[in-house]
Amino acid sequence: MSDPLQRIKEQVEGNPVILYMKGTPDFPQCGFSSRAAQALKACGVDFAYVNVLADPEIFENLPKFANWPTFPQLYVNGELVGGCDITLELYQKGELQPMVQQAAQGAAKPAES
Amino acid sequence: MTDPSNRVALLRSRLTAALAPVELEIVDDSARHAGHEGARSGGGHYNVRIVSEVFEGKSPLERHRLVYDAVGDTMNREVHALSIRAYTPAEVARE
Repeated sequence: MSDPLQRIKEQVEGNPVILYMKGTPDFPQCGFSSRAAQALKACGVDFAYVNVLADPEIFENLPKFANWPTFPQLYVNGELVGGCDITLELYQKGELQPMVQQAAQGAAKPAES
Repeated sequence: MTDPSNRVALLRSRLTAALAPVELEIVDDSARHAGHEGARSGGGHYNVRIVSEVFEGKSPLERHRLVYDAVGDTMNREVHALSIRAYTPAEVARE
C-alpha cells in the first residue's frame, strides 16, 4: 500500500480541480459537502472528487495534508482553496467560476515552453 | 467527550482567548445535521460569526485557519464541523 499522503499529493497534482467530500456529487452525505459540490457543478467545469467515507486512509490523512481539519476540501491546481464556506463565498462573489475554468483549461492545454 | 450543552461555552472560551474578538456569535446547529452519515462521530455542528482585528489583511483561508487553530483539539472530537464567517471590525462597519 502506498503512503496515503503521497497518494493525496498525486491526486491534487494530477487533477486541476478536485473536491474531497463526504459522499458523491450526486449522493452527498453531508450538507457541507453537498453545497460545495453544487457550487462546483454550477461553474460548469468537470471536476474530480474523492468520497472520503469510502476511503478510510484518505479520511484519516487528508486533515494532515494541508493542515485543514474538516471536509469538504477543494483543491485547485494543487493548492487548498478551502472548505464549504470559502468555496461558497468565492462562488457568490463570482470568483469560483473563473478560477476553476482557468484551471481546467490550463490542464487541457499544457503551457507551451 | 464534553457534554454537548457545554460545547458552545468551550468554543467561546477558546476563541476568545486566542483571537480577542470584538463580536462572537456561536449557534449550535447540530440538530439540523443529526443522524446523517457524515455526523456519525457524534461531534456537533456550529455556526460561528467572529469579528476580530487579527483578521485584518488575511485571506479567507488564513482566517479560517486561525479559527481552527484556536479551537484546536476540540475539532473532530466535540466539534464535527464549523461554519465560519470571519470579519474584521472595518468590514463589519461597512456592512
